[in-house]
Amino acid sequence: MANDLAFLSRRQVTAGLCAAAGVALLPVPSFALTDAQALTMVSKALNDVNAAVNSGKSQAALYSDFERIFVRYGDLPVIARSTLGPAARQASAGQMAAFTQAFQGYISRKYGRRFREFIGSVIEVTGARPVKSYVEVISVAKLRGSSPFELRWHVSDKSGKPLFFNIIIEGVNMLASESTEIRAMLDRRRGDINALIEDLKTA
Amino acid sequence: MTITIPSNFLATAKISGLVALVFLLAACAQKPAPSGINDPDEANNRKMHAFNLALDETILKPLSSGYGGVPGPLKDGLTNFADNLDVPGDVVNNLVQGRPDYALENTLRFAVNTILGIGGLFDPASELGIMGKETDFGETLHVYGFGEGAYVELPLLGPSTERDVVGSIVDVGLNPVRLLLPSPESYVGTVAGLASRLGDRGQYSDTLDSILYQSADSYAQLRLLYLQNRRFELGQTIGDDSFLDPYEDPYGQ
Repeated sequence: MANDLAFLSRRQVTAGLCAAAGVALLPVPSFALTDAQALTMVSKALNDVNAAVNSGKSQAALYSDFERIFVRYGDLPVIARSTLGPAARQASAGQMAAFTQAFQGYISRKYGRRFREFIGSVIEVTGARPVKSYVEVISVAKLRGSSPFELRWHVSDKSGKPLFFNIIIEGVNMLASESTEIRAMLDRRRGDINALIEDLKTA
Repeated sequence: MTITIPSNFLATAKISGLVALVFLLAACAQKPAPSGINDPDEANNRKMHAFNLALDETILKPLSSGYGGVPGPLKDGLTNFADNLDVPGDVVNNLVQGRPDYALENTLRFAVNTILGIGGLFDPASELGIMGKETDFGETLHVYGFGEGAYVELPLLGPSTERDVVGSIVDVGLNPVRLLLPSPESYVGTVAGLASRLGDRGQYSDTLDSILYQSADSYAQLRLLYLQNRRFELGQTIGDDSFLDPYEDPYGQ
């Protein structure tokens, strides 16, 4: 049934477990991103995530590992600006830098927490295809005792190197979810970006 | 002389009433592939969301953490049993959707789990790679071109759309298991289904809590999550324009 669990079906919950991670610093100059480059980058990111998850580190140490992975493989300034939305136009450069920094810690903690639920799972990269101006890398996560689910990575090299800017799990995409969240947080602070930055540091 | 109305007749009458409702409702809601959020009754939906949150906090959450103490194999058994009872309904939907291959896979899954899995308590089919194809009457309506209609948050059941509300009602009537079993036995499935939900609420408690209690706007977050995932299930997000390109649209509008 479409709405089996009290609030969400199991598939929707699985979809809610958004992942963290992204792209390798390939020493390749800036011509158009190929499918293979994007695929290599996502594979490297997944290797780093697996190593972190299986390292047996404490939760706090894991979060800082995830933050490192997120920053290394993801285009954080672009992700942060997109989720903040139109308010980013009015923000000063200093505010944007502080916001990006706070956002980066927030997203790593949030998705790191979710990612720990993937312990014992295998994520396999299965293919890549060009979409408009970027490349979509498709991977499949296999969790014990549940049907495999699909993770898609949107990768671009417009920053100068291949980096991911969106993760889509069973149709649920990080940029859209985080836009809803960050803009709701900003509304709660009546549009005060500095207050939002402070909230993000502890969120 | 006493007149007894056979229960099957009643069930048939109920279904034909529902089918009439479907076409009435769906006729108003027919639309092309959905994008964005259509939620004209947001104020009432938000009230229902507040009700559901209160219900979750006072009843479901405590119950599910209590249910967490039930031994794992027993919980798995109940979940498998409840899932297996839904499969015949899936087969009916597969057939109406014109997908005999899916219907065959689900039939095979049902046979394997019912026979080898001792009435569905175990799930040997998944071990054999027969994962099945879950579906519902909401999807059937989609296949026949009915649009999703407005977003709705239902009491207890949570997020849905006008089309899927109709689908959920029809699915209850469409399931051969519920139609064929006499009255007290047919509740077994309902009880197992509730137990299975409690198990899910417990297993995914961290994720659910983060959506329901740690979001700045849990109503909006749940609505987005549901619509995106539902459209994905129905194959409506495969197109290249379904997602944002922040390099072309830096402020995500």
